[in-house]
Amino acid sequence: MAKKLMKGNEAIAEAAIAAGARNFFAYPITPQNEVGEYLSWRLPEVGGVFVQAESEVAVGNMLFGAASTGKRVFTTSSSPGISLMQEALSYMSGAQLPVVIVNIMRGGPGLGGILPSQADYYQATKAGGHGDYRVIVLAPSSVQEAVDLMILAFDLADKYRNPVMMIGDGMIGQMMEAVEFPKDYREPSNPDAKDWALTGAGGRAPRIVKSLFLNPEQLEKNALALGEKYKRVKAEEVRYDLYRVTDKNQILIVAYGTMARICQTAIDELETEGISVGLFRPISLFPFPEKEIHIEAVKPNIKVVLDIEMSLGQMVEDVERCVRGGKPISFYGRTGGIVPTPNEIKDKVRDLLGIKQ
Amino acid sequence: MSANREMIFKRPQALSGASTHYCPGCTHGIIHRLVAEAIDELGLRERTVGVAPVGCSVLAYNYFNVDFMEAAHGRAPALATGFKRCRPDMIVFTYQGDGDLASIGMGEIIHSANRGEKFTTIFVNNAIYGMTGGQMAPTTMPGQKTTTTPAGRDVALSGYPIRVAELITSLRTPAFIARVAVHTPMHVIDAKRNIRKAFRLQKENRCFSLVEVLSTCPTNWGMSPSASTQWVASDMMPYYPLGIFKDPEREEG
Repeated sequence: MAKKLMKGNEAIAEAAIAAGARNFFAYPITPQNEVGEYLSWRLPEVGGVFVQAESEVAVGNMLFGAASTGKRVFTTSSSPGISLMQEALSYMSGAQLPVVIVNIMRGGPGLGGILPSQADYYQATKAGGHGDYRVIVLAPSSVQEAVDLMILAFDLADKYRNPVMMIGDGMIGQMMEAVEFPKDYREPSNPDAKDWALTGAGGRAPRIVKSLFLNPEQLEKNALALGEKYKRVKAEEVRYDLYRVTDKNQILIVAYGTMARICQTAIDELETEGISVGLFRPISLFPFPEKEIHIEAVKPNIKVVLDIEMSLGQMVEDVERCVRGGKPISFYGRTGGIVPTPNEIKDKVRDLLGIKQ
Repeated sequence: MSANREMIFKRPQALSGASTHYCPGCTHGIIHRLVAEAIDELGLRERTVGVAPVGCSVLAYNYFNVDFMEAAHGRAPALATGFKRCRPDMIVFTYQGDGDLASIGMGEIIHSANRGEKFTTIFVNNAIYGMTGGQMAPTTMPGQKTTTTPAGRDVALSGYPIRVAELITSLRTPAFIARVAVHTPMHVIDAKRNIRKAFRLQKENRCFSLVEVLSTCPTNWGMSPSASTQWVASDMMPYYPLGIFKDPEREEG
């Protein structure tokens, strides 16, 4: 299929169709409204379901009901809306329902602003709702990668019977880039093939989709089963990318999403000054590339690991955890919708290397 | 059973046979049975999905012999919406108490009704929070003593009880809305007729349907089961009148 110039939000919407998803529930919120607007005409074209809900609380719970059919279901929202879905995310995690949620992050806390941010890292990766659970989290750094990860998200959700969240900052949603969709779109999945889906108790015992286990032994058993699943996710689904990582690097930058792309520009420019910097870009934020970051960080040529985010520093805690004191860790970030520029990153790198400017 | 005897009364297929945890004198058991009978009589059991609430009937999924989902508090109509939109060929019902539906879940039920979602809601109104130990509900009667209104509900502080059937009837979207009671055999028969009609209209893909059922809570009302049934008639029914409030068949003449 030929490449198309598309806005990130619309490309994400089309990618869901390509993944065989036909059931979308959402509530309007900036900066991701193009997803819902696109799907409001696109889904009827392919016989799908589009519901504009009364709130994100309702959206999350509509997803619970919709996912219980065994069909592929999804929503997109932005930070304050994602906060309202945490109730349902906790319940869906407990009930092991496959669902895909996209967060096009904006600045917070509270109503915050509408400009790009990465300040929902904690919420996405550490269980934003109550209880012992984890959500698989993917972070694209281009519109094409958003398309690819959106399709992967549905596969992972089905494979693990678990919510999957794709988090992009407002820039991923709003910018236009050339994208390519798979030649063959997936057929919508068959609910009858799922031995847990609610298809009616005809010729079999009733099925129950629930997160309630009043007996503590049963609740612990359910939690342990979730724990085993998260271990498998950690073992099998780590994804990351390396950029200009060589044994000449003096500094290893760790950054994800749009921030990682801006770091690439800074790294290219520093290279022309004779300063060698490598980039470690986590693509899966849960599971976090724990071993892989450690291996790169402790290489003898690395003087400092520099974590850069569009937040006050959230992922940096995971980086510190993984490097385990093996190297000094530094952080640089802007927040509130301000995006660090390549010049700011270059200044920070020179500063760390003691290069007078 | 001897050959000259005929079975004329038995457990509906749509009930599981599990013993319920409900208190003596509580009418949840009757209402469960009426729902199950309606499902059986309309031949819907093998394509029905129920949605359990948070409250005394949180374990409803153990008592019905159909597929079930267990919702977050108040969100059963959102689950039902999501499910029914994806599977319009199936029959979906929510079973909710008054704290669940009329307090924390008011947004979900109003908007589901207003969109005309084609599922059925059985709304059990016993004027109190049962499971959490008898606190004031939005449906608690003026002056009624609860564990959070020990001097009786003060309408100057808490307002008047919400009449859910009337509230949803005010929406323009077509629906079937009725209020029934189950404190006497006569009322049970009438309740059954309305619950069955609610499911039949869903089977015909006609409209949203809600049947509000006035129920008892002897434990938290601090009354005997028989005094509770009398209180339904003497104190609840004057404020919560029975009847069909909205009926698509009546509107269409």
